[in-house]
Amino acid sequence: MSIVIDDVRHVAALACLPLSGDELKRFTSELARIVEYVEMLSEVDTDGVEPAVRTGGRENPLRPDQVGETLTHEEALGNAPESESGQFRVPGFLPPGL
Amino acid sequence: MKPYELTYKEARQSLESRELSSRELTESVLERIGHVDGDVRAYLGVADPADALAAAGRVDDARARGEPLGPLAGHPVAVKDNIATRSIRTTAGSLLLEDYVPPFDATAVERLRNAGAIVIGKTNLDEFGMGSSCENSAFGPTRNPWDLDRVPGGSSGGSAAAVAAGEGSLALGSDTGGSVRQPSGFCGVVGLKPSYGRVSRYGLLAFASSLDQIGVISSDVAGAAALLWAIAGVDPRDSTSEPAEVPEAGVAPRDDLRGVRLGVPVEYFSEGLNGDVEALVREAIDVMAALGAEIVEVSLPSTRYGIAAYYLLADAEASSNLARYDGVNYGLRAEGAADLRSMYADTRDRFGREVKRRIMLGTYVLSAGYYDRYYRKAQQVRAVVARDFSRVLSGVDAIVTPTSPTAAFRIGERIEDPLSMYLSDVYTVPASLAGLPAVSLPCGREPGGLPVGLQMVAGRFREAELIGMAGAYERGAGLERSLPAL
Repeated sequence: MSIVIDDVRHVAALACLPLSGDELKRFTSELARIVEYVEMLSEVDTDGVEPAVRTGGRENPLRPDQVGETLTHEEALGNAPESESGQFRVPGFLPPGL
Repeated sequence: MKPYELTYKEARQSLESRELSSRELTESVLERIGHVDGDVRAYLGVADPADALAAAGRVDDARARGEPLGPLAGHPVAVKDNIATRSIRTTAGSLLLEDYVPPFDATAVERLRNAGAIVIGKTNLDEFGMGSSCENSAFGPTRNPWDLDRVPGGSSGGSAAAVAAGEGSLALGSDTGGSVRQPSGFCGVVGLKPSYGRVSRYGLLAFASSLDQIGVISSDVAGAAALLWAIAGVDPRDSTSEPAEVPEAGVAPRDDLRGVRLGVPVEYFSEGLNGDVEALVREAIDVMAALGAEIVEVSLPSTRYGIAAYYLLADAEASSNLARYDGVNYGLRAEGAADLRSMYADTRDRFGREVKRRIMLGTYVLSAGYYDRYYRKAQQVRAVVARDFSRVLSGVDAIVTPTSPTAAFRIGERIEDPLSMYLSDVYTVPASLAGLPAVSLPCGREPGGLPVGLQMVAGRFREAELIGMAGAYERGAGLERSLPAL
């Protein structure tokens, strides 16, 4: 199973990473090598083994739904690249002109 | 002897007997940073001296009044820069967070401050913890204090290098697949990764949530223990933190290893292990035997699959966790984008190459058609690795291995070959997959003068026993802290 440049282009779009032509080529060969390496896992007999989402630990612990201390509105917006009227501001999601 | 040269344990004794003030210790460490960090580059940011000295002065005053103080009171502590510090820039080594100033402290940092520790600076790392050499920092590499042409290891390379160079004797790091242990081994300091769930991850910038754990780095076992017990314990802000017992007053040190059974896994002493490293680790095992430990050969057959399972799981989680860096809520936003979608893309284009590579691999293995083949399979292999450890640890108190197959490599040597870089974590990744506590201890220097580390792995939440065994070895081996010529 080998990775071709179109796979990489598709994955880059899913991950929202604008890769240059050089990066696409580079990642194609690097990812192919890594994926070839991880194929060794097929040697491990895992029939009937429950996948470990994590190791040990409590199963989905719940806490009471109580109002507690949180960041203030001001603190939460303090690192925003752009904000307006107490909200995060972003560019339009439709291209201009539409 | 200058105060910065003291180990944690020596500094603690001097502070408690009031031969040394916290102000003097803090001042000396700041001065040392000023002298050597231009070469080592362990720190991305250093505390304002006035603030640090004022905090130290408050501890000195409390001590003078005879107030009861904990084991960290008045000690400077360095904090890896992927751990949030209130009002102190926290970059995770990434351009995307170059100007990010958290409005909150990580739970671990909050607990350090409550214990009277002084946050002395923020240390360099591979971007978001992704790397084994510190070369993936957007702000330039840290250098190994023992040989400035070599890497300090990673990703907590800044924390390990700082402690090795005498720019502090205590530091927090984080460990996802070896990021505390491997650099500690490369720099000749003590580095402990606790059990998964032992320390709250609140405020640790997420890389792979099912593996990430804040760890501790120190000049000595006593320092690692003091840091660990100060930050350990359940935290309502991290639902994966566990209510495991935290010993009230640390643990009484043990003098020997009588009655202890140690397992030496054959798979960790095979192909790929450097001969000088092997010789030093075997010598250390002889020291443990001379201290009374019974040494038995054990087998962990799943060892060779660790790296493959680890990179699939860690990168899958990373691709999801790093989706948050989109230029909306905090961090960098690329300027001039015409619409939202291009703003996301232009912003994310500023990730470094390794981070992009991980996001790509993670997105690939989670994408339609590959989930079962890679991600689910890797989770099953994680279960197999955990089962192997639990079988072996039912018969021994700890497992002893080398921390890394080689000593520190040269800057630039592996950066163009991701797979060879990943394989430098071959001995640290399995304990991470199994969620077990593990410590790297210095066990001497190879003929080239580079430090070598050995790793001890114990059962889940057996940190107290692990620290006891590590301390006995440290005393038995008689390896004094020595600082590199800088």
